[in-house]
Amino acid sequence: MPAVTPETGGRAFEPGLRPTLELSRVTKRYGQVAALTDVDFSVSAGEVVALVGDNGAGKSTLVKAIAGTHRIDGGEIRVDGHPVSIGSPKDATALGIETVYQDLALCDNLDVTANLFLGRERRRAKSALLDSEGMESQAKAIIADLAAHLPTLDKPVSALSGGQRQAIAVSRAALWGSRVVLLDEPTAALGVAQTAMVYDLVRKLRDRGLAVVVISHNMADVFAVADRIVVLRLGRNAGEFDPLTARPDQVVAAITGSDAIGGAA
Amino acid sequence: MRALLPTARNASVYTVVIGLAIVWIVFQLLNDNYLSARNLSNLLLQIAVLGTLAIGMVMVLVLGEIDLSVGAIAGVSAATLAILITQQGAPAWVAILAALAVGAAIGLLHGTIITAFGIPSFILTLAGLLVWQGVQLAAVGDGGQIPIRDEFVRAIASTYVTPAFGWVLAALVVLGAAAVRVVTRRRRIRNGLDVPPVSNEVVAVAATAVFVGVVTWVLNSYFGIPWVFVLVLALMLGCTVLLGGTSFGRHMYAIGGNREAARRAGIRVKRTTIIVFVLISAIAALAGIIEASRQFSASNALGGGTLQLNAIAAAVIGGTSLFGGRGRIYHALLGALVVGSVQNGLDLLGQPAAIKNIATGVILVIAVVVDALGRRRRIARGATD
Ligand SMILES: Nc1ncnc2c1ncn2[C@@H]1O[C@H](COP(=O)(O)OP(=O)(O)OP(=O)(O)O)[C@@H](O)[C@H]1O
Ligand SMILES: [Mg+2]
Repeated sequence: MPAVTPETGGRAFEPGLRPTLELSRVTKRYGQVAALTDVDFSVSAGEVVALVGDNGAGKSTLVKAIAGTHRIDGGEIRVDGHPVSIGSPKDATALGIETVYQDLALCDNLDVTANLFLGRERRRAKSALLDSEGMESQAKAIIADLAAHLPTLDKPVSALSGGQRQAIAVSRAALWGSRVVLLDEPTAALGVAQTAMVYDLVRKLRDRGLAVVVISHNMADVFAVADRIVVLRLGRNAGEFDPLTARPDQVVAAITGSDAIGGAA
Repeated sequence: MRALLPTARNASVYTVVIGLAIVWIVFQLLNDNYLSARNLSNLLLQIAVLGTLAIGMVMVLVLGEIDLSVGAIAGVSAATLAILITQQGAPAWVAILAALAVGAAIGLLHGTIITAFGIPSFILTLAGLLVWQGVQLAAVGDGGQIPIRDEFVRAIASTYVTPAFGWVLAALVVLGAAAVRVVTRRRRIRNGLDVPPVSNEVVAVAATAVFVGVVTWVLNSYFGIPWVFVLVLALMLGCTVLLGGTSFGRHMYAIGGNREAARRAGIRVKRTTIIVFVLISAIAALAGIIEASRQFSASNALGGGTLQLNAIAAAVIGGTSLFGGRGRIYHALLGALVVGSVQNGLDLLGQPAAIKNIATGVILVIAVVVDALGRRRRIARGATD
């Protein structure tokens, strides 16, 4: 791991420019529940940001707001410095933002290939017909890339294990993400080898120049993969850490609010 | 496209085909005339309307919705047709297009209300059933029926393809099936995908040829292939390509399988839903035209009774899931054949309508239980649908 701080970048991608994705004072309510209150968040190209917090801290809500599945009630989202309005998942994908949801968003009745290309099916030249063979062959390459062990690509994904399904969701984000990839607990259902694979992929995405946001409850993983750690607590910013200088117990303290550390928001 | 061997995925098809074979054998043992060319030809004429409605039903079921108003839409469409031809003196093609357009407009209305207010299609189309039956009654008027004398309309459900042309059609079907296999095979090879052995493909095409040949031969030994059967097959072909070969169809399966996942994948769920309701209603209107052609009139009972329940039964018996996301267009024909074969057989044996209804109901329960057991197995394996 190169010893660089996230602020100075240090990767080969336009260091020092404004963040790829920037949220300021974002607010989101579910009826009476304030899930997010004045949250600031940013991630730059070639950077992995770990978003951590206790259950119910608002991590998934933040991801869904960026991904367009939930509209924010207040605040601003900027992509490459330009204010954007993300009102639907289509808006987000059009901006090059891809998401792996905590509650996996796969269609169980469709096969692996169909899920990978869902909503973005390839067509044969000059016709309305699906290019099934082209998609299947590309899917094969992607899955092989991730070294995920899938029995066949033409079975409905309902026949796959939780980890295999997660691998498909991650592959889909990796396949389509062109700016930002959000992964909400992507390794929660995975074994040791597959977890390592996903974090390998996360680094690959970062080295490709994407901005990557990973949510995880596993401190060891967070410290291993992140360039910056952002803590949410009860829907508010509760500190930001550099994994190279911070200790895990400091981050845990910020998560649980048991100490005065943090509060950098 | 896959291997010929029974797999978990198409095992249910074999169950249905075996069930159909048993039905045929039992009725043949009870009545020598059951499997005669004449009766089989009649059977095809009898299931044309049911099969057409079931095709539309498969599409809404795949989407995870249902339509309880198709019979009433068929009735309104038939009334439109008869009024335009008999009372307004319109040419047949104008009346047919108008009847289809009325159906499509009803579907547009249903789909728009369902998606705009998030109403279950079950409730909305139940209300639609009442409304459109009322419209049908009012349109047909006190006479109870409007006769249709137009030769073309009458010919739709009562004329046959000449035997020679029937063989031409049969040859085209076999050639088409072979062509699809060849093209698919070439495309798979070009994309570096594995392909089944050539012998499998040859056997599959040969089996298709034998099957199509036998059907054509049997029908030609009576009056020939009914034109209306050609019409239903053409509709099936079109809908099969739509569901299996286009992204629109893919999105229908996605919505039926996991609506939220489809939405998150950027699929326009509402638009797709509206279009499917337009399609099923237009198909129901076509069924109304066929039925009017069979009866030489549009009556106020057309499309009523157990017809639309039988259409749902046919789709589910054929193998389409009531829970959404699973179904194929050919299930409609398969299911309609089962329902039609049982009803036709009971007719031949002189059984009353009561027995026919009970028999259809029992078959439907069996099919739904099979569907529910399959779903439970999938959930037990960890699927979340
Ligand atoms: N659809 C919803 N409707 C109402 N309240 C919700 C909804 N989704 C989340 N919440 C509430 O918003 C708050 C934040 O939830 P969120 O799912 O973002 O937490 P999280 O940080 O992702 O937690 P976890 O670590 O358990 O995944 C919680 O209090 C939760 O109860
Ligand atoms: Mg969460």
